[in-house]
Amino acid sequence: MGKVKTPYLLLLPGFAFLFTFFILPIANLAQTSTQTPIAGGDTGQYEQTFRLKNYIDAFVENKEQFGRSFLYALIATALALMIAYPLAYAIAFKAGKMKNVLLVLVVAPFFTSFLLRTIAWKQILGEKGFIVPTLRSLGILSEGSTLTSTAFAVVMGMTYNFLPFMTLPLYASIDRIDPRTLEASGDLYANGFTTFRKVTLPLSMPGVVAGTLLTFIPAAGDYVNAAILGSPSTKMIGNVIESRYFKVVDYPTAAALSFTLMAAILILVTIYIRKAGTEELV
Amino acid sequence: MADISTARGDLKLTRITKTYGDFNAVDDLSLVIPAGSFFALLGPSGCGKTTTLRMVAGLEEPTVGSIHLGTTDITTTKPYQRPINTVFQNYALFPHLTIFENIAFGLRRRGVKDVKEAVDKVLNLVELPHLAERKPTQLSGGQQQRIALARAIVNRPALLLLDEPLGALDLKLRRQMQIELKWIQKEVGLTFVHVTHDQEEAMTMADTIAVMNEGQIEQMGSPADLYDNPETAFVANFLGQSNLIKGTITGSDGDSHVVDLFGQKISLPKNRSHAVDNSIYAGIRPEKFRISRLQTPVNGNVLTGGRIEDVSYIGVSTQYQVAMPWGQELMVFEQNDDGVAPFDKGDEVNISWEPIFTFALRGDEDATAGSEVVPEDLDEE
Repeated sequence: MGKVKTPYLLLLPGFAFLFTFFILPIANLAQTSTQTPIAGGDTGQYEQTFRLKNYIDAFVENKEQFGRSFLYALIATALALMIAYPLAYAIAFKAGKMKNVLLVLVVAPFFTSFLLRTIAWKQILGEKGFIVPTLRSLGILSEGSTLTSTAFAVVMGMTYNFLPFMTLPLYASIDRIDPRTLEASGDLYANGFTTFRKVTLPLSMPGVVAGTLLTFIPAAGDYVNAAILGSPSTKMIGNVIESRYFKVVDYPTAAALSFTLMAAILILVTIYIRKAGTEELV
Repeated sequence: MADISTARGDLKLTRITKTYGDFNAVDDLSLVIPAGSFFALLGPSGCGKTTTLRMVAGLEEPTVGSIHLGTTDITTTKPYQRPINTVFQNYALFPHLTIFENIAFGLRRRGVKDVKEAVDKVLNLVELPHLAERKPTQLSGGQQQRIALARAIVNRPALLLLDEPLGALDLKLRRQMQIELKWIQKEVGLTFVHVTHDQEEAMTMADTIAVMNEGQIEQMGSPADLYDNPETAFVANFLGQSNLIKGTITGSDGDSHVVDLFGQKISLPKNRSHAVDNSIYAGIRPEKFRISRLQTPVNGNVLTGGRIEDVSYIGVSTQYQVAMPWGQELMVFEQNDDGVAPFDKGDEVNISWEPIFTFALRGDEDATAGSEVVPEDLDEE
């Protein structure tokens, strides 16, 4: 056996796995997305008719949920970035010996299940939590209104759930910055804000891009937060796909929506990476 | 108040103390650095020289004391407001910017409109105009060093601080950069304050050297002053090597003291004695000694009864270890310029030198202070 073959042999298990659990399902999904119900058949019985109009129908019917998905994901990503950046900065530059402890705390939420943590937010934002009574007594929240079953709760839940995915790449990026370059910037007449804008931020861009992608992509397709913390009026595209598959048993529409979501994310991400110009960074 | 950014003049540190916990990194230090000079702060790792430099740069604030630039008090001024630039250890170039933008950084922050001319000029000064569009990681260590220097001097600061700027370069390149730095300092006429632990580097470049030890200045002066007339054992040992021999002043002869060194009388110029009483260490640099065979007549100060213990031939000179009757081994460097056959191990010899090369230190000093030069970890300080 020649040495040339070794890398391919090493890649084989990975390829086999991806082929079985990624390529095949995708092909199957593509096939399903252009099927139509069998005339006079039972619920859930479809035949292959290559009806591409399925896509248009699915999109037109659910464009509101599409818009909402991207809007919520965008807001959650922005909030997570605003919270995670100072956090990652502090861990990288100011934590000293506490660095590792703080990093463990960042990933600590993963020790319990995603679902449980989201349900916990329902408690936090619920009538018996401390937030609602506090806001009411301050007059910020009126007597009749609640925090659960609102867009606010959904976005908060997503922000919280994806925060570690934002924090860790940011930390990795900021931690690599030589603190002396920041001193050099101050030495060269840049005040704190200018140093941040001209040195810290550009040098941490790989982390910003990685973090926002790791947050935005799963957030746009998320349905758990909207299902647990939202209401019918905060439905996201993930919830639609879920109900089409498991409740309505409308496989073609669900498949078409899945593909549309994938394509939309792919386009947005490509534009974003181009704009961020990360390939220019070291 | 005068505009700080245009402050010029001598740098004056007045009774500066910098405390970390209960450790005084800098301890009641006062210093004046004249405008236009090339000044070196020399000392071993942890002596407080880098801390001093960082306080001048504004990266640290003194616990006690004040810093003036000319007549302007800059003790608590932010680094970005000071007309002072630094060449950092390991350069700290901005990895995301081109060489051109690295150099233009300071000019742009001060709102200079046309930076091209100034940047090109300084790139020519450091002889690297062809690298303007590269990124720092594409440059060699020596090139990065020059860019770091260019990035600082392009701003024409009142004061340029150099923090072990040559520490990361190999020996040959370091020697070359020392000469270049000195030339550039003359060319641009700025005040350079150079921090180093390398005594040869300090002596090559600086007009004035302040030797620092344990947060204080041991002695300050021209390289020749410090070398020929050290005031403390630390300076005598840290700058080059010294033979320090325990002795007693027993009398006076005009401008000289008569000194007894283990029963042998020598002469010491009074103006080169830094002793406070009769108990002294007589100091002689190894290259000032002459070795002679017992029968050869010699002038000046003579110590008899030596025996060659070790001979190392190193090209320009031969280094001898000579054991003296009182048990001390003296170091002697002889130039290989007289065609005389070198001495061999075991030879009985006399040691002599010109009396004016003798200096004297206090007899209660630690004669080994500063002689154990610890290899410096550049990132530690």
